Formats: sequence, C-alpha cells, structure tokens
Amino acid sequence: MDRHRRQALKSGGGLSLVALLAAAGWIDPAAAATEAWNSAAFQTHDMDTTLKALGDGKPVPSTNVVFFSTPDIAENGAVVPIGITSKVPGTESIAILVAKNPNMLAALFELPPGTEPSITTRVKMRETSDVYALVKAGGNYYMTSKEIKVTLGGCGG
Amino acid sequence: MPDPMKIRANLVGDSTEVKVLMSHEMDTGLAKDSSGKIIPAWFIQTVTVLHNDKRVLYAQWGTAVSKNPFMSFRFKGGAKGDKVTITWVDNHNETRTDSAIVG
Repeated sequence: MDRHRRQALKSGGGLSLVALLAAAGWIDPAAAATEAWNSAAFQTHDMDTTLKALGDGKPVPSTNVVFFSTPDIAENGAVVPIGITSKVPGTESIAILVAKNPNMLAALFELPPGTEPSITTRVKMRETSDVYALVKAGGNYYMTSKEIKVTLGGCGG
Repeated sequence: MPDPMKIRANLVGDSTEVKVLMSHEMDTGLAKDSSGKIIPAWFIQTVTVLHNDKRVLYAQWGTAVSKNPFMSFRFKGGAKGDKVTITWVDNHNETRTDSAIVG
C-alpha cells in the first residue's frame, strides 16, 4: 500500500489523492467527497480580503451569534478554547477569525441540516486580539466579536 | 502512520455529542527550531465527520488550530450502536480515519 500511495502522491496532489484512494476502496468514498481546501481564505490578513475569499458577504453584527466557554484572558496563546453557538435559523457555517494572527481565518465549520449550529475547538493566538465568530445563514452573514487578552503568545519560535 | 484519534460519541437527549482529540503537530511554518531553522508548515486542512454514511460536519482548518486539535459538536438523531467516522487530511496529504460507536 505504501508504494501505491507514493505513486498516488506523484501523480497528483490533495484531492486527487483522496479520489484515488477512494477509487481503490481504501477509504470511504463518502468521506472522500470533500470540497477543496479554500487556500485563498487561509492566506488573508485583513477582514475585507478574508470575507471576500469566504464568499464576499457583508456581515451584520448579530446578538444571535454568541461565544461560550471562551476566556476573556488566555494565559497560553497556544491553546485558547473557543466555543461558538449560532441562533440564526438555517445556519450553514461557522468561522473563527483572529484579527491579529498572521492569517486571520483559523477554522471554518460547514454544518449540514441536522447538525446543531454550535462548535467548540482550540486555537492559537499570537497576541491579544479581537476574535470574530462569522456565521453564514441563507446566503447572509452574521458576526460577533470578543477581545481575548493573551498573556503568552502562541506562535513559539 | 499518525496516531489514532480519540473519539467519543454519546447520546445527549435527542442529539449525539461528538468529541474528538487528534494527534497532530499543527506546525504554523512560522516557528523556528533550536538551531534557528524554520519548521515548515504541517497542519490538518480538512476534517470530515460521518454519521453512518451521512456527512454531519465538514471543517477546513488553517495553521491557527492548536497542536493536537480538539473539536466538539452535536448532531440531531443518532442511536446507540451507530457509527461516527472522522477523517482528516493534512497539507502533506497524510490522512487518518477513525471511528467510534455511539454510546
């Protein structure tokens, strides 16, 4: 299998490898049916270009997007817990943006119908910064923000 | 071969709560090692979660997700004995799939 995998790697990158593996029956085809990673959205440094890369939405501030289990002060910027819940009907995705990180977008969660619009994860923060929760619902974007103070930056080096 | 994920899938009311802890360095490509050399970016880019064979979550991640990523969420439905399968793919095209039974 290892040799095949190398051939697969040589013959194409990212998704085509997944497709090859799926075709060979090594991984579940349903799991392999993933969209491409949005590389443009993960290389942006300001809100405008990030929003543009994510679908060119104009988010409105919303009290229906809330942080939970998220600290006001993070002692260790390498591991900052983030929880976001959306009460916006028809929520399709939730994104976490950290304004002062080298790249603004940290994570994007796409939620099919039947999945509750609420996620938790842990992110790195370089320094004290506003963190944005961006929700897409019915083609519209909603946003809320929260400042998290970082005592020790999370980028190492 | 990357280390397995730790997955918990439990019924909570009429939903299934999924918690997963992955084993991955999640290097940003910005940090340096002890000899001053840049450690290249190495991070999980996509995560797919299936309930039996239906997709219940698809995530795209950048380098800002913490080392050994943790994630939790809930989907409606699910029954004891159902299967939750999680697959991640990183920027080296390394991939790992693990599953858990809903308890």
